[in-house]
Amino acid sequence: MSQTQTVVSPVALKTKLAVDRVSMVFERDGKRTEVLNNISLEVADGEFVCLLGPSGCGKSTLLNAMAGFLAPTSGQIRVDGEVVRKPDPRRIFVFQERGVFPWLTVEGNIGFGLAKLSKSEREQRIARYVRMVGLQGFEKTYPQELSGGMKQRLEVARALAVNPDMLLLDEPFGALDSITRLIMRGELLRIWEAERKTVIFVTHDIDEAVQLADRVVVMSARPAVIQRIVNIDIPHPRDISSPRYLALRDGIFQQIGLAHKV
Amino acid sequence: MRDEHAARTNLRLLWRPLLFIAALLGLWQLGVRNAPGHLLPGPWGVVGGIVDLVRHGLLLKYVVASLFRVTWGFVLAAVTAIPLGLAIGWYRRAEMALNPILQILRPISPLAWIPIAILWFGVGDLAAIFLIFVGCFFPLLLTAVNAVQSIPAVYVNAGRNFGLGSARLVARVLYPAVVPNLIVGLRITLGIAWLVLVAAEMIAVSSGLGFLIVDARNAGNRYDLVVAGMLIIGIIGLLLDSGMRSLENVKSFRWGYSED
Repeated sequence: MSQTQTVVSPVALKTKLAVDRVSMVFERDGKRTEVLNNISLEVADGEFVCLLGPSGCGKSTLLNAMAGFLAPTSGQIRVDGEVVRKPDPRRIFVFQERGVFPWLTVEGNIGFGLAKLSKSEREQRIARYVRMVGLQGFEKTYPQELSGGMKQRLEVARALAVNPDMLLLDEPFGALDSITRLIMRGELLRIWEAERKTVIFVTHDIDEAVQLADRVVVMSARPAVIQRIVNIDIPHPRDISSPRYLALRDGIFQQIGLAHKV
Repeated sequence: MRDEHAARTNLRLLWRPLLFIAALLGLWQLGVRNAPGHLLPGPWGVVGGIVDLVRHGLLLKYVVASLFRVTWGFVLAAVTAIPLGLAIGWYRRAEMALNPILQILRPISPLAWIPIAILWFGVGDLAAIFLIFVGCFFPLLLTAVNAVQSIPAVYVNAGRNFGLGSARLVARVLYPAVVPNLIVGLRITLGIAWLVLVAAEMIAVSSGLGFLIVDARNAGNRYDLVVAGMLIIGIIGLLLDSGMRSLENVKSFRWGYSED
């Protein structure tokens, strides 16, 4: 199988994020583990890109590097032409729902990144995002009393409230039950269409990737390289029983080397 | 409606231990009446002892003296050990440098410091406070170190992601994240302080509940006062602990004690 690294970027759109020949090597107890191998990728402004690959392939590592939590061993990552060196509120990382602060209420969490705003502005912003993710009536509730899906929505709201250009989502729905997960995908698409942020979404779920993304970046097992980038040329809302959807999905199944039978 | 229900549940929870205590008191009385010699004063004797203490104005005086020493030793240890422990926990290198010394000092019983306490501070309040301080310092330090190290990385990363610098990160993420663990540590340590206090007062001072116990024995074998002192120490210890425990119900701390 050819490991093409050609990067197809939609024409006439501004490049938001550029991953430029990034490699990542971890050393622990004298053992070298190569996690990412010469990854290059460009993402356009407002694009929704899924990083898809088997568990432990290094896609989360790549996302952490994009966020500025990890420095690449070689190569660089640029956002708006600026090299990423540390975390920045313009690109917010969304952890699985465990990232919400348990010592703060729903309001407190959403307002966490808004300390610089005036009180009235902050309250308006909080109210707006409480509404956007449907947590009305839970403003004074602590996360402990929320369901997994509500916590996840809370974390997305906290991220959106600071008005970032980019959202970096690390298997955000992985811990949810399958029904909640489907609902959350719809919610995320609705929010994305309303706010048009650039979204990088890490997942190991092929269906999830094909349902959500403009492009799916298929990554190999460690050390990860980009195997292929698949354009999902179906407009939203997507009919997940349409021939085109099935064809794209099956193509990715084959790419990953899975016979599509249980 | 709900309050009424809660009150009834509380009552139901209370009557079992109360019944048990009553049964123990009965057994105690029975045993004392039938046992030969003077192994222990009976419950009525102890009540008489407490009445005696109150009549002489000693009960309140001794309780206040003891609480005064515990408060100073405990608070001094908390304000030094907790910030130091948080810093050590945060900076890995500091931990690696200091850990061996801590591990050597930690298992030394606070009581082993008694001669040194008297050498440094003489016989008096300061020596007792110092002993309580030593007894509280190491448990609190280790609690704080562990509390920092067990903060999930996602909280710190999320804080940095929202643009917090070091000072803000400490105030808005580190501190709230460690509070539940610190409260548990403070609760356990206050128990230790109360234990050390009695020993310190037996040796270093001439007031307080620990002194009461030694003094009652030395001056005329007043075992009713000895047991009265023990009982009061136990009851105050229980009250201190429930006071600390009530902190665990504060809403913004309670997440730290959940099951999951």
